Amino acid sequence: MTQRLLGPRAMQRAASIAFIVGFFLLWEAACVVFSISPFVLPRPSAVLMTLIERFPALVPHIVQTLMTTMIGFAAGVFTGIVLGALVGSSKIAYDTAYPLLVGFSSIPKVAVVPIFVLWFGSGTVPAILTSYVICIFPIVVNVATGLATTSPEQQDVLKALGASRREILFNISLPSAMPYLFAALKVAITLAFVGTVLSETVAANRGIGNVMMIATSNFDVPLVFAGLFLLAVMGVVLYGLFSLLERRVCGWASRGADTPLA
Amino acid sequence: MNTAQNTPMGRFDDAAIVLEDTAVTYGRGETATRALDTTSLVLRDGEFVALVGPSGCGKSTILKLAAGLLPASEGYVFVGGREISARAARVGIAFQNATMLPWLSVRDNIMLPLKIVSPFKAGYRSKKATEYRERADALLAQVGLDGFGDKYPWQLSGGMLQRASLCRALIHEPRVLLLDEPFGALDQFTREELWGILQDLWLDKKPTVLLVTHDLREAAYLASRVCIMSPRPGRIVEDRAVDFQRPRTVARTYDNDFIKLMQDLRALITHDGPNTVGSAAS
Ligand SMILES: Nc1ncnc2c1ncn2[C@@H]1O[C@H](COP(=O)(O)OP(=O)(O)O)[C@@H](O)[C@H]1O
Ligand SMILES: [Mg+2]
Repeated sequence: MTQRLLGPRAMQRAASIAFIVGFFLLWEAACVVFSISPFVLPRPSAVLMTLIERFPALVPHIVQTLMTTMIGFAAGVFTGIVLGALVGSSKIAYDTAYPLLVGFSSIPKVAVVPIFVLWFGSGTVPAILTSYVICIFPIVVNVATGLATTSPEQQDVLKALGASRREILFNISLPSAMPYLFAALKVAITLAFVGTVLSETVAANRGIGNVMMIATSNFDVPLVFAGLFLLAVMGVVLYGLFSLLERRVCGWASRGADTPLA
Repeated sequence: MNTAQNTPMGRFDDAAIVLEDTAVTYGRGETATRALDTTSLVLRDGEFVALVGPSGCGKSTILKLAAGLLPASEGYVFVGGREISARAARVGIAFQNATMLPWLSVRDNIMLPLKIVSPFKAGYRSKKATEYRERADALLAQVGLDGFGDKYPWQLSGGMLQRASLCRALIHEPRVLLLDEPFGALDQFTREELWGILQDLWLDKKPTVLLVTHDLREAAYLASRVCIMSPRPGRIVEDRAVDFQRPRTVARTYDNDFIKLMQDLRALITHDGPNTVGSAAS
């Protein structure tokens, strides 16, 4: 009966929301039924109350974490695109640099935080650098792959017209690398948050990571969870923004990009 | 004379494409593949030449030479009287895959050459919404794709894409049109319909056409000359004029003289070799 009331898209959305609400209800119920101590796992309602009460005090930290992440992310995206373009510009560069890139990207980025703190002291700078470093690699790898895998026949059509390398880059390589770039951006923005919070936890006196750190040492468990919740919301909102942008910029990629035969 | 016998360029005043003792070897050392044996070929301005031969004999290689996409390992290639080496000549080209860019509308795909080729590119920004757009739409109408300009490639069938691909190859009115098995992936009815369209487009502007195909009927229907190649490393072993009156029709391809021609050509391909063929080239 209900499928006539809502379209398939709306149904899907309703199901997602029901699932999320259900998750929190279950959590709340479990806390009550098993009488779990709020020092171990606070009830979502308690977390929400804490969040509302403390929100004015949390705002500067939210701004701090968001700004740090966005600066690191923006710089990482820029560097990643430039490096990716260099690596993906020729087959030789790609084959040469790829193993090194994979090696670098498999280093756990946590390990660089103490080094940045050592070099730059605690505060905003190591946090920016950590989120910067952590989101470069997925972008480099994806942009390079996107550029290196453009169809040779599409390029031949332009070359036969006497197109310059630049014209081929702007008319073929870059547009066809867009889906790769957006896939990387969505991964990178979440990673950038991880980087910022990681560094804030270790060495900072502001930011959500720092708030959670202090709350932990004060056994203010609801505040810890409130911090987690804020991070999740920021991550989801930014991810959503990039998904929207992706659909606008390269919607073509999700609709049967392969050409049918005859 | 169809073959270039060590002659200076000046001899071929009306030559659109000249291959002079051209050979191509891919790779070097152990993995070197001789793709094209020493070959000479002249296409006069406005001629329609079909290149037929067994798979892997170097047909696409010849096409790429003429498009300036591939340097000759030996010999020379002239297109429009200029030698082309690395620099590509401004030719129109279409492949078996339509190779439309999926992020552009059909019209924008077709207008792509106008964005690249002089003198059109100078006015691209100001004319793309007016003059160029009308030009693209007129061409689309000519191939039976009236009103499909705003569609995207994924919304078109294979036959429609191939029509669009022809439009893109022709929009800048190139003097040379290079077609690599453009109808190879299409069903017979679509293919025959497109022969008619291609013939009309050719009769309209008379560009020089080099058509690679493995379909003898297609070659005989469309071409004013058919060149047959030997297996790899290929050479042109037969160069046959096709004088049937134009415009030709599909029905015409079932007439006796037409069938006779196709049988002759088929015999050359299936049991070829200099012994059976005689020495048509070099
Ligand atoms: N890029 C390449 N590298 C190495 N060998 C190639 C390359 N392109 C084509 N060849 C070889 O050259 C020969 C001729 O190729 P091609 O001109 O594409 O033949 P066809 O007549 O089928 O179009 C084939 O044997 C093919 O394997
Ligand atoms: Mg081929």
